[in-house]
Amino acid sequence: MAERVLLIEDEPNIAEAIRFILGRNGCEVFVQTDGRDGLAAVARLQPDLVILDLMLPGMGGMEVLQNLRMDPATRNLPVMMLTAKGQGRDREAATRAGVSAFMTKPFANADMVSAVRALLGAS
Amino acid sequence: MRRPGTPLFLAKSGYRRRRLHDAARLVPVFGVFLLFLPILWAPGETEARDTASDGIYLFGIWAGLIWAAAVLAPRLRQTTQSDPDLERDGRDRG
Amino acid sequence: MPFNILVLSCLTYVAFLFLVAFVAERRSGRGTLDFLRSPLIYTLSLSIYCTAWTFYGAVGYAARSGLEFVTIYLGPTLVFVGWWWVLRKLVRIGRQQRVTSIADLISARFGKSNTLGVIVTIIAVVSATPYIALQLQSVTLSFGVFASDSPDGWSLPDHASTGAWVAAGLALFTILFGTRNLDANEQHHGIVMAIAVEAVVKFAALVAVGVFVVWGLSDGPADISAKIAASPIADWDLQPGRWTGLIFLSAAAVICLPRMFQVMVVENADEQHLARASWAFPAYLFGMSLFILPIAVVGLERLPAGANPDMFLLTLPLSEGQGALAMLAFLGGFSSATSMVIVESIALATMLSNHVVMPVWLWLRPASAQRGDLRWIVLLARRLCIAAVLALGYAYYRMSGGSAALAAIGLIAFAGVAQVLPALLGGIFWRGATRTGAAAGLGVGFAIWAYTLFLPSFGPGAVISAEVFAQGPLGLGWLRPQALFGTTGMDPLIHAVFWSLVLNTAAFLIGSLLTFPDPVERMQGAAFVNAFDDEVQTGPLGWTRGQAEPEALLIMAQRILGDDAALSFFEAEAAAQGKQGYLPDPTPDFVAALERRLAGSVGAATAHAMISQLFGRATVTVEDLLAVANETAQIMEYSARLELQQDELSRSARQLREVNEKLTQLSVQKDSFLSQISHELRTPMTSIRAFSEIMTEADLQPAEVAAYGRIIHEEAIRLTRLLDDLLDLTVLENGSVQLNLEMANLGQMIDRALAASCHIRPERSFDIQRTAGSEEVFLKTDADRLVQVFINLLSNARKYCDARDPVLRIVARQKGGRVMVDFIDNGAGIPKESQAVIFEKFARLSDEARAGGAGLGLAICREVMANLGGTITYLPGQRGAAFRVTLPLRLEKREAAGAA
Repeated sequence: MAERVLLIEDEPNIAEAIRFILGRNGCEVFVQTDGRDGLAAVARLQPDLVILDLMLPGMGGMEVLQNLRMDPATRNLPVMMLTAKGQGRDREAATRAGVSAFMTKPFANADMVSAVRALLGAS
Repeated sequence: MRRPGTPLFLAKSGYRRRRLHDAARLVPVFGVFLLFLPILWAPGETEARDTASDGIYLFGIWAGLIWAAAVLAPRLRQTTQSDPDLERDGRDRG
Repeated sequence: MPFNILVLSCLTYVAFLFLVAFVAERRSGRGTLDFLRSPLIYTLSLSIYCTAWTFYGAVGYAARSGLEFVTIYLGPTLVFVGWWWVLRKLVRIGRQQRVTSIADLISARFGKSNTLGVIVTIIAVVSATPYIALQLQSVTLSFGVFASDSPDGWSLPDHASTGAWVAAGLALFTILFGTRNLDANEQHHGIVMAIAVEAVVKFAALVAVGVFVVWGLSDGPADISAKIAASPIADWDLQPGRWTGLIFLSAAAVICLPRMFQVMVVENADEQHLARASWAFPAYLFGMSLFILPIAVVGLERLPAGANPDMFLLTLPLSEGQGALAMLAFLGGFSSATSMVIVESIALATMLSNHVVMPVWLWLRPASAQRGDLRWIVLLARRLCIAAVLALGYAYYRMSGGSAALAAIGLIAFAGVAQVLPALLGGIFWRGATRTGAAAGLGVGFAIWAYTLFLPSFGPGAVISAEVFAQGPLGLGWLRPQALFGTTGMDPLIHAVFWSLVLNTAAFLIGSLLTFPDPVERMQGAAFVNAFDDEVQTGPLGWTRGQAEPEALLIMAQRILGDDAALSFFEAEAAAQGKQGYLPDPTPDFVAALERRLAGSVGAATAHAMISQLFGRATVTVEDLLAVANETAQIMEYSARLELQQDELSRSARQLREVNEKLTQLSVQKDSFLSQISHELRTPMTSIRAFSEIMTEADLQPAEVAAYGRIIHEEAIRLTRLLDDLLDLTVLENGSVQLNLEMANLGQMIDRALAASCHIRPERSFDIQRTAGSEEVFLKTDADRLVQVFINLLSNARKYCDARDPVLRIVARQKGGRVMVDFIDNGAGIPKESQAVIFEKFARLSDEARAGGAGLGLAICREVMANLGGTITYLPGQRGAAFRVTLPLRLEKREAAGAA
């Protein structure tokens, strides 16, 4: 059975690229472009992994992460954070908030795949 | 409060005090006049003078000056000393 | 009378005086001065006016010139009876100014001029030397009377050695009590008490002889009157010139004689004593003169023709066998001589040491002034001066041979000191008197006195040759010493007094009128002339005169130094005095140390003024105040300078803080700008990289390849546009943009912008409302740049206007050389909280993020408008997004540059 990955990303072209890469590697990818909608989708879709952009309309990626970590149902859900800013400060804040992995845009497709594999294998 | 003999009104006492000062200044003026008076006595008649009578006159004037100064001195001392008293009395009455 | 008994009684008398002085000093040391500081003692101390000259000489004077002798007493009587005029003011000034001598008074009045002090000192010493010689002579003569009359056949060893012994003894006594301590007030309680006792003795002696003469040798006043009528002096010669002149001279002398000034002003303990003395002292003089004429008449009658009338007081009782009475008379004469010499030498020594010796010493040894302890030097100077003054007197006595009549010497001295009178009276009554005038007057008066009276007194041929006496110097007849300007026939004494004082006064007045006083002089003049102006303030307040309480000093020191510092200083000083745990005594050393300590805090002049106030020595002098004002001014100037510096410092600190804040802000802005740029660049890069990898590694359908290629292309364009915008913004912000100014039609420019923006969301059809007429304006501006702004605004409206039927109004207006173009749509508008930031770089509002664009558009618009000399603002309250572009109708180069 294919792992379910929820991708919350507002840039449609980036979302399409990730959907293609992970889909080719046997994952079922759902895309949401808004933070608030994405959070609702987590409860609805019960994904095995959430890939979260840091800068999102509606609700910021960091806030989404904090909400996920507060909910007991999703406390141990693997979450990968994507960011285009790539600043150390954001990375630290995300780590403190309990992010599972961190990926800076732009990324090599192979790195994305292996990171997702690692997270799914661990869970 | 008021000492017997102290003038009743402040203005009047100030006036008396100023006249007292005038008197103190006048005493030596009178003294000079009276002591120099013998110069004018009958100079043409004779140069010589009668020592005894002149002596009595001079010593008499002298004693008079001393008496005048003795009368004025305590009052003058009072006026310089008792200015605050006078002022206080004046306030009490006012 | 045996010589031994005479010497023994003399020594006993001196020992008694010694005891009196000692007890008085002890009592003043303990502060029990009630009796010592009484008007009676003050009046009696004034009796040093009556010297041996008065005691012995008056009888001789009366025997020679009849009633003329009273002039010597009438002058002082008039001065004292008229105390309200001069003496009251002198005593007040003397106390206010801490005057130590008449030389000090003159010097202080004329701006603390030591030159004047020296002149007055010289006049005083020169005049007093013969006078002191006269006292020595009278004592010696009186010894001689006893010797010659002695049945035991002893003869006086010799006049010279007697005089030497008397001079030495007086010097010893004066040094012992006159310089025992260095009191700031220059008051000598022991001496004053001793001369008061001597005053009683001489009065008693004279009255006793008088009573003996009137009632013992005669049958009362009536008999005396008859004897006078029968005597050679029955017809006396009243010479108007001498009568007037002598009364005036004695009046001047009683004010100006150094010894009189000493007891009258310097030793004065209370101004009120003067009121009592105003009649009591004339009464004393009256009593002293009352019996002179009877004694003279009876002496002339009873004693042999050759007898010296100056010695009648002694020879009359002796010839009548009244040894005890003669002894009393001798002691009276002895008292007169000694009291005069003692006080005179103290007064002269004070002047000499203060105005001559100390200035010379300090000039020779300037370093010693800093070391502070000049006390022993001053005391030594005083002692040496006393010895010197007496030595001078003795030398004069030896030189003159003791032959001249007593009265003559006394009057010469009177005329000498009277030269001070014009400067003195002018100084205390006339503010216009100046230092130069005073010096001129004193100099002229002294010179004429010396030339016409003093030097001739040595006799023709002694100092001035007989030839000069007869023909005048160099044959100038009008300069003859005793007939100046041809005034022959005047009595020599009156001649000298007249010319010296007239020319003295003239020089003083003319000198004062022609010169201008310096500030200290003027203020001292005001302080002297207006000595009574502060009566109301100082009278009732009444600083405790005399010693300051240590408590008061401590309180003052605490105020200035602080509690702990003051206490520890006082404790240390107390320990140094051997008074552990108590407050220190206010000794001169301690007070000087305290003053130095305070001076460190408040300045020397202020410290001195404060200590003086507490000690109540006198009111603060003008010089003190000037110094205080000077210090205060310096301190104020210093603090003003500090304040200025502080202002400058805080201003530059504020500027630094502002710059720092700006830099911090800039740094934050730069960080966030870089972070934004990074984000904006990475986002398209992410898509490009991901899809280019996909296209290289995977087998893709041609449709997929086309789609992904198009995405890469799109993102690459987006990237390019972002870089263009950034570059554009940088250029605009730096103001280095090149503007192409040309005339352009506003309507046409809007047309161009509409055409360029219609490709954005072409699916929405906008209702564009324009007012054609008002757009017919020609602007001088950079048309391309302005169109860029319009495109941006139109694009934004197309992107973000969320109304169902979007409407955009474009309103152009012209107002005072400026053109305003408003772009108003009917959308939701921009939220209030965002309105402030929309013109910032990357101020892309989150909800609109999806519409693309890096958020640099409005920032670029703002920079463009600034470069075009205009503005772009958001218009709130238009129920939609509304922007107003304002720009000048005609843009000049200069304006553009200024706006950038």
